[in-house]
Amino acid sequence: MSAVVTDHDHDHEHHDHKPSGIKRWFYTTNHKDIGTMYLVFALIMFFIGGAMAMVIRAELFQPGMQFVEPNFFNQMTTVHGLIMVFGAVMPAFTGLANWMIPMMIGAPDMALPRMNNWSFWILPFAFLILLISLFMPGGGPSFGWTFYAPLSTTYSGDSTALFVFSVHIMGISSIMGAINVIVTIFNLRAPGMTWMKMPLFVWTWLITAFLLIMVMPVLAGAVTMVLTDKYFGTSFFDAAGGGDPVLFQHIFWFFGHPEVYIMILPAFGIVSSIVPTFARKPLFGYASMVYATSSIALLSFLVWAHHMFTTGMPVAGALFFMYCTMLIAVPTGVKVFNWVATMWRGAMTFEVPMMFALAFIVLFTIGGFSGLMLAITPADFQYHDTYFVVAHFHYVLVTGAVFSIIAAAYYWLPKWTGHMYDEKLGQWHFWCSLISVNLLFFPMHFVGLAGMPRRIPDYALQFADFNAFISIGGFLFGASQLIFVWLLVKCARGGEKATAQVWEGAEGLEWEVPSPAPYHTFETPPVIK
Amino acid sequence: MNKTYEKYYVPAQSPWPIVGAVALFLIAFGAGNYVNEVTKQQPGFGGYMLAAGFVVLIFMLFGWFKNVIDESMSGLYSAQMDRSFRQGMSWFILSEVMFFMAFFGALFYGRVIALNWLSGGSNNAMTFEILWPGFEAMWPLLKTPGGIETQAMPATGLPLINTAILVISSITLHFAHTGLEQNKRSQLKLMLLVTLLLGATFLSLQVYEYIHAYRDLGLTLASGFYGNTFFLLTGFHGMHVTLGAIILLFVFFRVLKGHFTPEKHFAFQAAAWYWHFVDVVWLCLYVFVYVI
Repeated sequence: MSAVVTDHDHDHEHHDHKPSGIKRWFYTTNHKDIGTMYLVFALIMFFIGGAMAMVIRAELFQPGMQFVEPNFFNQMTTVHGLIMVFGAVMPAFTGLANWMIPMMIGAPDMALPRMNNWSFWILPFAFLILLISLFMPGGGPSFGWTFYAPLSTTYSGDSTALFVFSVHIMGISSIMGAINVIVTIFNLRAPGMTWMKMPLFVWTWLITAFLLIMVMPVLAGAVTMVLTDKYFGTSFFDAAGGGDPVLFQHIFWFFGHPEVYIMILPAFGIVSSIVPTFARKPLFGYASMVYATSSIALLSFLVWAHHMFTTGMPVAGALFFMYCTMLIAVPTGVKVFNWVATMWRGAMTFEVPMMFALAFIVLFTIGGFSGLMLAITPADFQYHDTYFVVAHFHYVLVTGAVFSIIAAAYYWLPKWTGHMYDEKLGQWHFWCSLISVNLLFFPMHFVGLAGMPRRIPDYALQFADFNAFISIGGFLFGASQLIFVWLLVKCARGGEKATAQVWEGAEGLEWEVPSPAPYHTFETPPVIK
Repeated sequence: MNKTYEKYYVPAQSPWPIVGAVALFLIAFGAGNYVNEVTKQQPGFGGYMLAAGFVVLIFMLFGWFKNVIDESMSGLYSAQMDRSFRQGMSWFILSEVMFFMAFFGALFYGRVIALNWLSGGSNNAMTFEILWPGFEAMWPLLKTPGGIETQAMPATGLPLINTAILVISSITLHFAHTGLEQNKRSQLKLMLLVTLLLGATFLSLQVYEYIHAYRDLGLTLASGFYGNTFFLLTGFHGMHVTLGAIILLFVFFRVLKGHFTPEKHFAFQAAAWYWHFVDVVWLCLYVFVYVI
C-alpha cells in the first residue's frame, strides 16, 4: 500500500498551527489532541483503580481483617471494577482510535469533531461523580461492578443514585464516541481505501463501535430500572410485585457480554498490527481475521446467560448458552493461529511492543482456555463466584486488553512524540510486568479451584500462603507500572529522533506522515493504490 | 479524483462541547442528590443543581446549533459532511431502539417467564406453594404476588385515538417532506404545523390518560410489574415525543425563515426520521402494552 499526498499548500497558515494554553485542550476539535486526552485520562484512572486494587490486595495479604472494614472492601472491589472497565480500558481504546483511525484511513479528522470533544469531556465529570460518591455518608457503591439486584436496590446506600447517573453519562460518552468512529470509517476513508484494505485495527474498532451502540443503551435501561426500583417503588427486580431479580441479570449480561468483546476486539486489532511489523511479513489470513472478528461480535449477543448458570435456567437454555459460548473459541482460535502463522519463518526482532504483543498472545490464550472451562455448565457450578473467575477475567483483561494497550503505546509513541522511547527501560518494564502479573494472577486459579470465594475480605487459613504470593505479585505489578510512567515522561520530553516509518517492517498510511505526526494530517485525502 | 473533491470541513475550536460536559455533570450530580432528597423529603441543593444543568444544556444547544446552522447556511458543508450527519443520526436512532429494547425485553421476560415461574411453572412448584400460594399468573397483572391490586388500561378509547393521531402525524410529516422536495413551501409549512399540533394533542391526551390511571384505575408506577412496564415504556416514549416535537418546532421556525432547499435539508430529514422512529416505537408499544 502506498499513498500520494498532494495539495498541502492551501490553508498554509493553519497548517500545524497549534492553539496554545489550556483552551487548546478545553475547546479542541483535533482528533490527536482528543486522543491524547483520552490516553492520559485512561492512564490516570488506571492508577486510581490500581490503588484500589492495592487496598484489596493489602487486606487479603493475610487471613482475618487487617486494614479496612468489610463495607469499604466492597466499595473498593466495586469501584476498582467500574474504573478499570469504563475509566481505563475503554477510554484508552477510544484514545487509540482517535489518534490512529483518521491517520490509518487517510481522513482529515474524525467525522464529527466537536461531538468528539464532548464525548471526552463527559468522562472526567462522570468519574468525578463516581469518586465523590465514595465520600457520601454510608459510602460509595458496594454491590460489585455488576450491581446485581437486590444488592443494588433493596440493600444499597444513598450513593446508588449518583452511581446510576454517572453510568448514564458515561454511556452517553461511549455512544457518541462509537458513532463518531463508525461514521468516520464509513464516510471518511480516502479514495482507494476499500473495505478489505483497511488495517485490522480499523476493522476491529468498526465492529467494536457497532457493539457499543447496540449495548450501551441496554446498560442505561438496566441502571434506570435499578433507580426506579430503589427510589420510585417499581418492582422490576422484586418478586412481590411480579418482577424477578433474575431479570436484572439477563438485562445486565445482555450488555455485559458484548461489553467484554468491546474491551478485547480493539486489542486483536493492535496485535494484528504489531506482529506483522516485527515479523516483517504481511498478516497471515487477513480476510479470515475480518470474518473471525465479525463472528465473535455476532456470537457475543447469544452467550450472555453463561454468566448465570448457577442462577438457574431451564436445561435447554443452559445447553444453548454453553454451546454458543464454546463456539466462540473457533473464531478466536482462528485469530491466535493467524498470529502464530504470521510469525512462522518471519525475520523477527523483539522490541518492547512485540514483547507485549507476544505476551498477549500467550497469556490471553490462557485466559481464553479458562473461559472455555467456565463455559461448561456443570463445571461452572463449581467455579462460579470463586477466584478462578477472577483469574480468568484478569488474564483476558490485564494480560489481554491492558497489555495490548501498553503494546500499542510503545508501538505508536514515536509517531506521537517524534522520539524513540528508551528501549532498555521498556524491556525492564516488560519483564517486571510479565513476571509480577503471573505471580499475581496465576495462583488465583488454584485458590479458586480449591473454593476461595471472590469479593470476600477474609478467607480460610489454607489459602494464606497463596494469597501472600498473590499480594506480593500485585504490589510488584503496580510498582512496575511506575517504570512505564517514567518512560512516557522521558519520551515526551526528548530522545532519539524517530523517522517517519519508525519500524523497519511497518506498513500503512500512519507511517507515511512525519514523526511526530503534524497537527493536521490528510487535509486532502491521499490516493491509495 | 482530487479535482472533484471538496474539502471536508473540520471546525475550529469550539467552547460548546465542554459547556455540554459541565451541563451533563450538573444534571447527573444534581439528579443523583435530588432523588435522595425527594424520597427522604429532605431539603438540599440537588434540585437547583439539576435545574441549573438544564439551563446550561439549553444554552449549549442554542450556541452549538447556531454555529452549525451558520456554517451550513454559508455553504461550508460538502456532500460528504451531509453523509456524516445522516449516518450519525441513523446510528443514534439505532441506539435509541436498543434503549427501548431493554424495556420491551423486561416486559416480555416478565410476562412469559417471571409470572409463569411465580405461579409454579417450570420447576418452581415449591416456590409457589411456600412463597406465593394463591398467586395467579395473568396479564395485565391485576394482583401482584404481594397483593397490590390495580385495574388495567383498556386498549380501546383514548389509546386507540392516540394511536391514530400519531400515525396521522407521521403521514402529514411525510407530506411536509414531499412539499419541501417539490419546493411547495406552503404545503411544507401547513403540513409541518399540522404535525406539530397532532404531536401536542397526543401529549395532552397522554397526560390526561396518566391522570385517569392514577385517579380512577389505581394504576400507578408502584402497582407492580404491569404498572412498571406501562409507565416506563409510555413515559420514555412520551419523553421522546416531547423531544421530537421540540426538534420539529425548531425546524418549523427555520422553515419560516426560509431555510432548507429541495436538495439540502439534513436537519429536516433528521427530525423527520426521529419522528417516524417514535411513531414506530408507539405502534410496538400499543400492541404489546395495550392490546395483547
